[in-house]
Amino acid sequence: MNPDVKIKITDRDGVLHEVDAPTDMAMNLMEVVRSYELAPEGTIGICGGMAMCASCQCYVKSDHELPEMGIDEDMMLAEAFHVEDNSRLGCQIQITPEMDGLEVELAPES
Amino acid sequence: MITTDILIIGAGPTGLFTVFEAGLLKLRCHLIDALPQAGGQCSEIYPKKPIYDIPAYPEILAGDLTGKLTEQIKQFEPGFTLGERAETIDKQEDGSFIVTTNKGTKHQAPVVAIAGGLGSFEPRKPPIPNIANFEDKGVEYMIREPELYRDKNVVIAGGGDSALDWSIFLSDVAKSVTLVHRRNEFRGALDSVDKVQELKNEGKVNLITPAEIKGITGENHVTGVVISKKDEEEYVLETDHFIPLFGLSPKLGPIANWGLEIEKNAIKVNNALDYQTNIPGIYAIGDVNTYPGKLKLILCGFHEATLMCQSAFKLIFPDKKYVMKYTTVGGIDGFDGTRKEAPKAVVKKIE
Repeated sequence: MNPDVKIKITDRDGVLHEVDAPTDMAMNLMEVVRSYELAPEGTIGICGGMAMCASCQCYVKSDHELPEMGIDEDMMLAEAFHVEDNSRLGCQIQITPEMDGLEVELAPES
Repeated sequence: MITTDILIIGAGPTGLFTVFEAGLLKLRCHLIDALPQAGGQCSEIYPKKPIYDIPAYPEILAGDLTGKLTEQIKQFEPGFTLGERAETIDKQEDGSFIVTTNKGTKHQAPVVAIAGGLGSFEPRKPPIPNIANFEDKGVEYMIREPELYRDKNVVIAGGGDSALDWSIFLSDVAKSVTLVHRRNEFRGALDSVDKVQELKNEGKVNLITPAEIKGITGENHVTGVVISKKDEEEYVLETDHFIPLFGLSPKLGPIANWGLEIEKNAIKVNNALDYQTNIPGIYAIGDVNTYPGKLKLILCGFHEATLMCQSAFKLIFPDKKYVMKYTTVGGIDGFDGTRKEAPKAVVKKIE
């Protein structure tokens, strides 16, 4: 078993959660949020993780090197609301050992 | 009034397969869906994406799956009310229900099966503070009547296919068409992108990119939109109409007010028995329901639909004896008079 990484997630109500995320379960950040129920079911990961709905948009607060944005994610963010320079789609960020200490904030529901 | 045995709300994979299972029990179905075509999310959102966990299909495209389901249920002659959203439900004295859509179409059935997935697809509304004041007063989230825009100034926002396609279409109708998008790149069919480029070069479509619309001006009707470009001062662009086209997102919608027990944006059902809700005669199947251990998978929706139909049969015909038959044994008798059955065994003597 690979060790878990620690991730700090600020939910939509501004509450900070420090959670353990597994690196060996092929999970992405959106799924970590769902597994800890940090946003109500039906308000996050609506498209299931295809970068087609932006319901898992988050703002990256730490300076971790993240996987480069794919075309689907880029184009989805071009049409999403509340987008900032540090916006990413949680479903496109895989949890790897390099993500240890990552800090993100969930974007408002839209 | 449309009458049927099982009224299905939602024409996604689970709703479509319900028609098949009901048909085996000689129950007729009618489906209501807010989208203009059957297939639900699979057809609307990701028709070209593969699915790998449909039993016996190592890989199938979502659009092909709903296509095959439609073919599978054809002989059971389902009725469809498409492009209308189920709005209200009224229980009648005889125990049946009348469901009325947003367009006033009425449907009556002894059993209602909600297979609404994540809800009905509604246009995504940009977060502009006063936008609600201008809805149908110059702000339209979808184009229903293109003639509304004849000889008017129109601003379209968005970067997908519908923004491109409507810019192209309205360039022949409206006085002026302006397309505003946050990027210089567009996510649309290449033909459409090329066509908009051509129209831009000809001066028939004004393109403002990368830019965002931050506000709307006007008293009782839109007179302009506030355009914001990075590192530039905001300005007002005069227009008669503002059409934000940012795709669709599912909302549970009016079903949430039907008196059903809701948990986690889903309808609670009895999973020990038949997926009935807290209101007898109303079932919820597929992604729209929840129960301990629920998984939102198409294959689970098929299972739920099957058990639900058995229960619906008992509810409609409480005194009729019935046991489940394998289709291989019983064949399939369609309401259209067709019959499918296993070929008879060949018997031949050896001399």
